[in-house]
Amino acid sequence: MSGTDGFSGIVENRGVEQTIDGHIIACCASRDNRAFAFATGEGDVLIAPRETLRDTVTWKTVQAHDGPVLALSADVSGAGFLTGGEDGRLNRVSLEAVEELGKGRRWIEHVACWSDGRKGVIACASGKEVQLRDAAGTTVMRTLEHPSTVSGIVFDAKGKRIAASHYNGASMWFVQSKDGSPKLYEWKGSHIGIAIHPAGDALITAMQENELHGWRIADGHNMRMSGYPTKVASLAFTRNGKWLATSGADGVVMWPFFGGGPMGKPPAELPGIPGVLCTRVSTHPQQDIVVAGFADGRILMIDYTTERVLPVCGEGGGMVTALAFSADGCTLGYGTEEGRIGVVDLAGPA
Amino acid sequence: MSETQGAAAKDLVPVTVLTGFLGAGKTTLLNHILTAEHGRKYAVVINEFGELGVDNDLVVDADEEVFEMNNGCICCTVRGDLIRILGSLMKRRTKFDGIIVETTGLADPAPVAQTFFVDEEVRGKTRLDAVVTVVDAYNVLETLEESPEAVHQIAFADVIILNKTDLVDEAKLVEIETKIRQINAFVRLHKAVRGNVPLTDVLDQGGFDLQRALEYEPDFLENTEHSHEEGVTSMSFSVEEPLDEARFHAWIGALLQEQGGDILRSKGILNFAGRNERFAFQAVHMMADGDFIGPWKDGEKPESRLVFIGRNLNRPRLRRGFESCRA
Ligand SMILES: [Zn+2]
Repeated sequence: MSGTDGFSGIVENRGVEQTIDGHIIACCASRDNRAFAFATGEGDVLIAPRETLRDTVTWKTVQAHDGPVLALSADVSGAGFLTGGEDGRLNRVSLEAVEELGKGRRWIEHVACWSDGRKGVIACASGKEVQLRDAAGTTVMRTLEHPSTVSGIVFDAKGKRIAASHYNGASMWFVQSKDGSPKLYEWKGSHIGIAIHPAGDALITAMQENELHGWRIADGHNMRMSGYPTKVASLAFTRNGKWLATSGADGVVMWPFFGGGPMGKPPAELPGIPGVLCTRVSTHPQQDIVVAGFADGRILMIDYTTERVLPVCGEGGGMVTALAFSADGCTLGYGTEEGRIGVVDLAGPA
Repeated sequence: MSETQGAAAKDLVPVTVLTGFLGAGKTTLLNHILTAEHGRKYAVVINEFGELGVDNDLVVDADEEVFEMNNGCICCTVRGDLIRILGSLMKRRTKFDGIIVETTGLADPAPVAQTFFVDEEVRGKTRLDAVVTVVDAYNVLETLEESPEAVHQIAFADVIILNKTDLVDEAKLVEIETKIRQINAFVRLHKAVRGNVPLTDVLDQGGFDLQRALEYEPDFLENTEHSHEEGVTSMSFSVEEPLDEARFHAWIGALLQEQGGDILRSKGILNFAGRNERFAFQAVHMMADGDFIGPWKDGEKPESRLVFIGRNLNRPRLRRGFESCRA
């Protein structure tokens, strides 16, 4: 896929790459867009400040966990990040410090938060429990119990509800309600990841059996989306909720969420890399762009309305395991299973 | 086995599944393995209701979450927690020489074994080396009478450690061994006193390794008189003439679909017409897997052999079915 003259992608003139020690578990930007973080299987969090994004000397490595980091999220406050690890700790990590917010006996496998800039809430999942914490992170407001281990958590866009995927379906809880029971969305089988439509129309899970399942949130109507050769490890709605972009095939598979879809509608397939599996997807927060990472380390940025393709980087470092835009859409970061990480400045001069 | 296959298999981290009833000495054996001078690094996944402390750097508590696949079949189950745990363990830079998964006393080994058939990421990084079942010589005969789970643990085992043999006499040992062989004629049986077996009897067994699947078979000690027995038993079949590959797959596929609930394990080395290579086949219930594993050895008779362990096995019908696959 590399273009002429050995040009492998825009990271060459708009970004920087390096290889660090460890499997990259996840990456994301802070809510204020001023830092970008990468979390590793060695327990480290590497933070790149926005102002000096292309100068890797200014990046800082923080030892956040004893054992692998399992989850990474932007913090509710503008700066910094939240992490969960195999050591059972929920941490707040910034360029300055690592603060332990909580510690349990079990792995903290998922961390999510919601904030409107004034108030916020933090959620973390370990085993069958999801804890809802205040914005400070130190007070547990509620503990949500599930019938089996939680495999993914997601807040809706307004922060009113949180949904958790697990065996035989998903549970949706009102964050502020004191009511002890969730609304259950049931479908037999093992659900291994979750996404929610930005307008709150649908709840989607990835399943062990190489397919997606969905429910219309209003009435629980089932949607099945199948045909993948592998498990879908990554799914993301586009900014306006028209499409659901997914990994798990050798191109990006896009399910339409308009005109009655996705039921009875075939998905669109974006140009990919023939014979190479797409392993991560991320959608741009403002533009009609999806970015796709592949099993050979390559990353493509694709305009899904025109199907124009822009390579981000060339092969290497094993499969892409982390991929994210910053909330302002100006930074793209990525990481692979062999510790290759990169950031691309999409706003600055080339 | 071809060189490339051999190299690929070496990169996969071996997983030993340790089963056995409460009080059989599973944890003692586990600690014996972990503290022995082998210079190797193991990760241990234990059930959260474990009997004793486990002495190791990396111990992961597991919930034993058994999930049915959504094909509607009750025998098609996997360990959901194990998929997550193995996935995470394999993300560490420092790799392990092996992973040991201990199950609760009452656990059915099938979901653990099936996890290695079903999940592509688990298969991509790890391989099931063997199911090792620890059996308490003093109580085993009684336990087998009372507990179908214990029978399954014997049936699924590649290796049985018959522990506490100092507590029974020679006649009882013979009786125990006969009973075990009735259920699983093909298991490797080692006697021990306090879990004190050489590590080579437990680790790196290749019990689920397709290449070695049947190499260890003894002289087919199966009990042919008990072919109508109600309980779990084992049977083996052989065909001298080459088999038709497509016909075999159609037959075994239909058989496992129909009777997979009763057939706990099946495995075989097959000689397909027109292929100068051994084909190794194995299945746990309905989940099957197979691969060509290289040429027949010098002096080895290229015949097809197939073993079933399960209940309600109909010997004449299985034989006719297998023989009908002749090319
Ligand atoms: Zn089944």
